[in-house]
Amino acid sequence: MSATTVPIADIEADARIPLRGHLRHTGALMRRNLLWIRQDPESMFDALLMPIVFTLLFVYVFGGSIGQALGGGQDGYIQYVIPGMIAMMSMTLSQGVGTGFSQDFNSGVMDRFRSLPIGRGSVLFAKISVEIVRMLFATAVLMIVSVLVGFDIESWPGLFAAVGLSTVFASSIMWVFLTLGVVLKSAQSVQAMGFLVLFPLQFGSSIFAPTASMPGWLQAFTDYNPLSALADAARGLMTGGPVAHGLWVTLAWSVGITALMAPVAIHKFRTKS
Amino acid sequence: MTRIDKNPRGATSAVTVRGLVKHYGETKALDGVDLDVHEGTVMGVLGPNGAGKTTLVRILSTLLAPDSGRATVVGYDVVRQPRQLRRVIGLTGQYASVDEKLPGWENLYLIGRLLDLSRKDARVRADELLERFSLTDAAKRPASTYSGGMRRRLDLAASMIGRPQVLFLDEPTTGLDPRTRNEVWAEVKRMVGDGVTVLLTTQYMEEAEQLASQLTVVDRGKVIANGAIEELKAKVGGRALRVRPADPAQLRPLAAWIDDLGITGLATTAVDAGRGSVLVPVLSDEQLTAVVGAVTARGITLASITTELPSLDEVFLSLTGHRAGTAADAATADTREEVSV
Repeated sequence: MSATTVPIADIEADARIPLRGHLRHTGALMRRNLLWIRQDPESMFDALLMPIVFTLLFVYVFGGSIGQALGGGQDGYIQYVIPGMIAMMSMTLSQGVGTGFSQDFNSGVMDRFRSLPIGRGSVLFAKISVEIVRMLFATAVLMIVSVLVGFDIESWPGLFAAVGLSTVFASSIMWVFLTLGVVLKSAQSVQAMGFLVLFPLQFGSSIFAPTASMPGWLQAFTDYNPLSALADAARGLMTGGPVAHGLWVTLAWSVGITALMAPVAIHKFRTKS
Repeated sequence: MTRIDKNPRGATSAVTVRGLVKHYGETKALDGVDLDVHEGTVMGVLGPNGAGKTTLVRILSTLLAPDSGRATVVGYDVVRQPRQLRRVIGLTGQYASVDEKLPGWENLYLIGRLLDLSRKDARVRADELLERFSLTDAAKRPASTYSGGMRRRLDLAASMIGRPQVLFLDEPTTGLDPRTRNEVWAEVKRMVGDGVTVLLTTQYMEEAEQLASQLTVVDRGKVIANGAIEELKAKVGGRALRVRPADPAQLRPLAAWIDDLGITGLATTAVDAGRGSVLVPVLSDEQLTAVVGAVTARGITLASITTELPSLDEVFLSLTGHRAGTAADAATADTREEVSV
């Protein structure tokens, strides 16, 4: 029994948590979030099914006609849409940090964590890390399905670069969802709000169709939409074409959103009563 | 990083609260609360919903910052030394909870790791506490499948992982059936036996009497009474004798006669018109017998006579002259009025 007693010396010691402590806490909390998946495999359904459903839907419903307009038929459309869908998937899944946080606050688990001598950042980082794992899983499913329907991976390094870029951008968006998860009262409102924010961003972009045929006012929106930049960069990386502009714009947005929203999320999280 | 000194009586104060204030907009959740909990004792904080009990516990466990005032736990200031403080406390109750999706064992292991136990120690501690709280058989099941009592026991186990010096229990048995409530009481008593200092909030006099040695009564953010539980019980009438005459018309004369006996100590006899009975606080069996004797001598026919522990309402009525949480209505207390002497 006495082996596990917290020594008095530690209690008296400086209250700062060493890096090893942060890593231990983050690891323990990641284990918790991963166990959720094992206990409740259905929670992975979105990450598993969404890429399948969306790929089949877009390729077979819209693929023929948009592809024809693009000049490459359905096969041409597959090459067009898949890179953008990596971006779309990661956006949709990044909502999970917000809904998960909201549940933790409402169930009282967060109160217990906050009454423990851990850095509050560990709770945030553990959640973000596990959501990135889910995102990568969904991306892997997406790539398998897309190859099955005829996507041609022209460049493996390009694929990894595109996935990396999507992950970077999605991590910045996660701070927005974290903030919503802390501020809004229920997981449902987080989801509803997320849908309202994401839907126009995802569809008002160059992900699913080239923007050239859109009316001017919409083009003005799509041109500034970071998801257009991300989709364009991913497309360029994976299937050849211009990369630089989309890449820099995406990175600039990621840095900007993180710089703005991470402090807000952390502040809201720390001061939430 | 100084730790506090001994209090005047020589016993070390485990929890010290001075002039604690917390407002939510217009609502004064805490309006200048003072409180001392001595090491190794159990302090009951009794009050109705909205009295500020949970706010107090949340401030003491660093979940909430006070607007003003000062509070220390084992000498650590809640505002300036939250990390050190979190190392010496355990929290269970209405709000702090376990992760329902995780099995019981995983819940305890997680908290062990968050408290910087090694993997091995966290495993040993989780096994140990599951055993102690009779949850070993349910160790691998998600907590969502637990009964109310099992969940509360897991909650208690979780708050014991770090061998806290001070344990906060926020309404530990609210929402439990009587049998389960007794189980939780038994566990809390065992923890107290281990020398943990406990501050528990409750809405039930009975719970306070079962578990606490000291009592602080709070109402709308203010302490309205505190002291050893025996003193307060005496003050509010250790027991209440409820006497109901068969003829309601005899209610007031009966109350006056009983009051004339002058035996009721610090609290006064009250008429509960709503239930057609007189409520007499009695301190001893002799007083009880005297009341029954007086009633018999007057030849009044009684419909019923029962003894009861004072309810929260009666405690409030005795201490403040108004019902719990309704000071504004003190003058117009609906079903009950004090007998004028």
